[in-house]
Amino acid sequence: MVFNFPAFSYIIALIVDAFLIFFSLFHVIAFDELKTDYKNPIDQCNSLNPLVLPEYLLHLLFNVLFAAAGEWYSLLINMPLIAYHINRYRTRPVMSGPGLYDPTSIMNADTLTRCQREGWIKLAFYLLSFFYYLYGMIYCLIST
Amino acid sequence: MMNTQANIPEQSLPNGLPPQFGRSNTIPTVLPFNGVDSSHSSRTSSPADRLQQIPASQLPPSRSAIPMSQLPPSVAKSGSNIGQITQNYANLNISHMTPNTSPKIQPSGTSTPLVNASKPEISSEGISPIRVQNTFMHSRPNNFENAHAHARNASYTNGQPPPIVNQSQTAPLKPNESNNLYTQKPVANGPPEIPPFNNPSVLRPQPAPVMYQSVALPAPQLNSVRPNNRVTAVRPSYPPMGPQVSQPPQIPLQPSIPPQQQTSVPPKTNRYPQPAPQFQTNLPTQYQNFGGTMQQNFQNQRMPPPANIVQSGFNKMWGQENFDLLQCPNILPPNKVEAPRIHLGQDYLDAANCSSDIFRCTMTKIPETSSLLQKSRLPLGILIHPFKDLDHLPVIQCSTIVRCRACRTYINPFVFFVDMKRWKCNLCYRVNELPEEFQFDPVTKTYGDPSRRPEIKSSTIEYIAPSEYMLRPPQPAVYLFLLDVSHAAIESGYLHTFCNVLTTCLSDMPGDARTQVGFIAYNSALHFYCLAEGLSQPHEMIVLDVDDVFLPCPDNLVVNLSERKELVTDLLAQLPTRFLSSHDTGSALGAALQAAHKLISCTGGRITVFQATLPTIGPGALTVREDPNQRAGIEVHNLNPANDFYKRLALECSGQQIAVDLFILNSQYVDLATISGISRFSGGCMYHFPLFKASRTLQAEHLERSLKRYLTRKIGFEAVMRIRCTRGLSIHTFHGNFFVRSTDLLSLPNVNPEAGFGMQVSIDESLSDLHTVCFQVALLYTSSKGERRIRVHTLCIPVASTLSDILASADQQCIVGLLAKMAVDRSMQSSLADAREAFLNVAIDILSSYKLSLNMGTGEGSGLQVSNSLRLLPLYISALLKFVAFRTGTSTRLDDRVKAMCDMKTLPLYLLIQQIYPDLYPIHNLPEQNTISKDGELIPQPPQLQLSARSLDSKGAFLMDAGEHMIILVGPSVSDIFLNEALGVPNYNAITDQMYDLPILDTLHNQRLNSFINSLNEEKPFVATLQIIKENSPNRSLFIERLIEDRIETALSYHEFLQHLKTQVK
Repeated sequence: MVFNFPAFSYIIALIVDAFLIFFSLFHVIAFDELKTDYKNPIDQCNSLNPLVLPEYLLHLLFNVLFAAAGEWYSLLINMPLIAYHINRYRTRPVMSGPGLYDPTSIMNADTLTRCQREGWIKLAFYLLSFFYYLYGMIYCLIST
Repeated sequence: MMNTQANIPEQSLPNGLPPQFGRSNTIPTVLPFNGVDSSHSSRTSSPADRLQQIPASQLPPSRSAIPMSQLPPSVAKSGSNIGQITQNYANLNISHMTPNTSPKIQPSGTSTPLVNASKPEISSEGISPIRVQNTFMHSRPNNFENAHAHARNASYTNGQPPPIVNQSQTAPLKPNESNNLYTQKPVANGPPEIPPFNNPSVLRPQPAPVMYQSVALPAPQLNSVRPNNRVTAVRPSYPPMGPQVSQPPQIPLQPSIPPQQQTSVPPKTNRYPQPAPQFQTNLPTQYQNFGGTMQQNFQNQRMPPPANIVQSGFNKMWGQENFDLLQCPNILPPNKVEAPRIHLGQDYLDAANCSSDIFRCTMTKIPETSSLLQKSRLPLGILIHPFKDLDHLPVIQCSTIVRCRACRTYINPFVFFVDMKRWKCNLCYRVNELPEEFQFDPVTKTYGDPSRRPEIKSSTIEYIAPSEYMLRPPQPAVYLFLLDVSHAAIESGYLHTFCNVLTTCLSDMPGDARTQVGFIAYNSALHFYCLAEGLSQPHEMIVLDVDDVFLPCPDNLVVNLSERKELVTDLLAQLPTRFLSSHDTGSALGAALQAAHKLISCTGGRITVFQATLPTIGPGALTVREDPNQRAGIEVHNLNPANDFYKRLALECSGQQIAVDLFILNSQYVDLATISGISRFSGGCMYHFPLFKASRTLQAEHLERSLKRYLTRKIGFEAVMRIRCTRGLSIHTFHGNFFVRSTDLLSLPNVNPEAGFGMQVSIDESLSDLHTVCFQVALLYTSSKGERRIRVHTLCIPVASTLSDILASADQQCIVGLLAKMAVDRSMQSSLADAREAFLNVAIDILSSYKLSLNMGTGEGSGLQVSNSLRLLPLYISALLKFVAFRTGTSTRLDDRVKAMCDMKTLPLYLLIQQIYPDLYPIHNLPEQNTISKDGELIPQPPQLQLSARSLDSKGAFLMDAGEHMIILVGPSVSDIFLNEALGVPNYNAITDQMYDLPILDTLHNQRLNSFINSLNEEKPFVATLQIIKENSPNRSLFIERLIEDRIETALSYHEFLQHLKTQVK
């Protein structure tokens, strides 16, 4: 039983990942609300946009830890998502504040479905990786 | 939702039909038959048989209405400028070609003498394959190269001459060719030297390689052919080619046939079975010598069984006959293109359906599944012009508006009455109670049949809404004007025009006694005008701090118009001279808009912005993004906004029920891509007057007329528009100026009669158990008189299950309208090149799917088949590719392009089509034309001409109607009688460059011309400006550049476009 840096990075990843799961749940619900006309797109974008960068940064944070700890395999699993995040933010619509979602284009059926699908996929990914980090943490802790 | 349908009481709905349907049982049993039939019969009937079926009156466009004498005998002789232009093009092409051609056109690297021999011909025709490559290079790089390579390889392997046919085919569309063609006409008009039955697809050598040898003629024979007879000259040199390129040289034939003959050759023939071999082998000689007899032989041989005649007759009747595009260069119908009718199977339903001017779907039959829609490759969508000015609009005031309790659909002519007390919604199929009062008929004042109510009789109806449709009491009409008074704006002189027009229109502006107006002028400071009671003249307050805007005084900036009319007119009289001495070049548009937003945020209303320069200071300041050297480039950048200031402000305005309309009067770049956001998302409209100078009569007139119309037209405030559709369909994407507030609700702070909207529709569930689907648009608005009103339009469309049905039911103009909107989105999200490629792909896909629906295999020799319902689609698409919004290669200012794109998104369909494909009419012989009588006035109906120089004539005068502008081009040898009597000028040289109106004279010519132009103007929102130009004036290019079927330096001609499509259609 050794508490080393990789184990620490996995613990952080576990905690952060739990947050990310909540983020993507919120994301899915928000888009569902938009689809079913419960919310005004302007309000919805105002509540979604501030959460985009924190989510990306949190995700990046534990990956930096993975890199520092030399957990290359875990890093590799997360690489595609990091690349996707960077690309997504790079190609965001012109807007002055942070965030991705533009109230004028978000109601397009294609955009809505894409965003909702993105939410579900991310949710699944974070959930699966949650268990993987749990395993990784235990593995690091018990291996000497 | 599924359950509701299962619960439908069976007895009321035999076979799931509505009671109306059930009763008379006239469900179109023709449909399936129809569908199967079209492919079958068209395969087996011969053109000659078709011909017998078609009454003369139904024959395609005949320019035969133009007497022979009016046709241009020789344009060249009189030094035609059109001729010269194309000569120049020809030269251009030659010079381009020589360096470029050889490497590209000869992939095998061989340069045979034959190729050299063909070169002079290429240059004389002025068309070179390399030009074709260039124009499409960016989008479909290799298509043409491949085609040529393919053709070349094929011919080389057979030891044949290189494919010079391609060049000669395209030639006749070139205007300068029309010289010899026209001179030929009298000859061809006599005993037909070319047999009327010259459909080359019959004569075409079919692919058998053996016969190539027999076709090739010795060179001497080629030379011996009379030079002016292009038909025979081309024919022998026609080499057999690969399946892709092998096309008959039919087009060269076409123009040399007199129009009468052209029409007598059934253009929708083309569907010949494979010709018998004996025709092929000795074809050239036969053709040259015994063309007439051969035709007879052919007809005898191909006599089909009588059943086919019936079938082709039915096909004709159902509009399912098909055309070979390559064989009918004159594809326009003689009169206006009519919207296809929707057939619901019952006359009273057809009559009740929404007018095609207001509501149109891209198909008159909806495919029952999305896979069928996929197969047809047509875009599914609706175009709507909801607030169009209407003559007869039933207005209803009642205590309860009957709506479905589940989906809130308004009752409409297409609902089903279960019994006297209940009705079934046609969108969600819920059965609703009918209120007592609905059975009362207000016309006869009796109780009884609910179907006598106006709601059930008309699908366009307006309700006066009770108070539950109001969030707040109706607000007064508020008009706020923001005037750019920077140096550039003052120089353009628009203020004079604006103030004059507004002064005259003050009392005509829509509104009641509460109407309010206000003015803010801005340069690098904001100038507010206080119009307080008791002031002898307006009080100006200047706010210099534009970064943090505040209102200098809380009230009296926006005042009641009727109370302060003197002050307002006083202000309007002073404004034009007030800033004459100012040399302030800044423009604080952003700050002015923020101030305006603050000023009227409590009431909502309309902000009208006159902007002449780039906003340079304060919030929302912009920089010049356009590189003038890149205007003609292939890639167009900066179509997207530079910042989101205007968009965010627009959304705020939209929330406060404020719409912002833009009048752009720029002489330089104003970054319309960014500024337009303020109108786009607030439901406003935009007017653009590029390079405006009040001293230019035409522009001043244009501004004056649009402004007058703008100020006096109807307006709806605080509007929302909701689109509902039958379950199974869903609205996918919206196009137009508005903010989408939820999946089917558009927020429109203002709605105006010229606003058009488009929606893409997707099919989510199978519609196979339905017979019709419905779309309902409800526009809830506050009228300028302070009444809350709901205007409801309902469109009902039958469902079809076969591909041929779907394709035959396509509405080509509506498709083009929707495609243009989609392409604008594509250009903004991706790139212009992508959008252009998408246009091409659509054309290719649709033609391919039509070919598939004909079920004829992929063999060549069928030309470019297209159904009657889609025959103009390639023409419109080729026009769109040359339209300001989507063209590349031609120098286009970025602002003009962006404005054209915005137009594509917002114009109602009839104006949109006129923008991309203006109407061209001959007007030199109006007294001889057919007339229709309207209000006791005889209005001539000249035929509509193709937009090509070959339609022109040096002896004629032509009117081009491009929506907001009309141009009359007068040919140099037009008769003096026409000049005197119609235009009121003594001779040709007396036409000046500044003729902007038509005198009113007491001659037949002039009366007819005037009544014709007036009839054209009646359909427009405001009277179009008119410009009369003679053929050698410098303004001629205004006219010539709109002849979009002709090849220009950087784009294909229509015919070349078709050739390209043909190589791609699989």
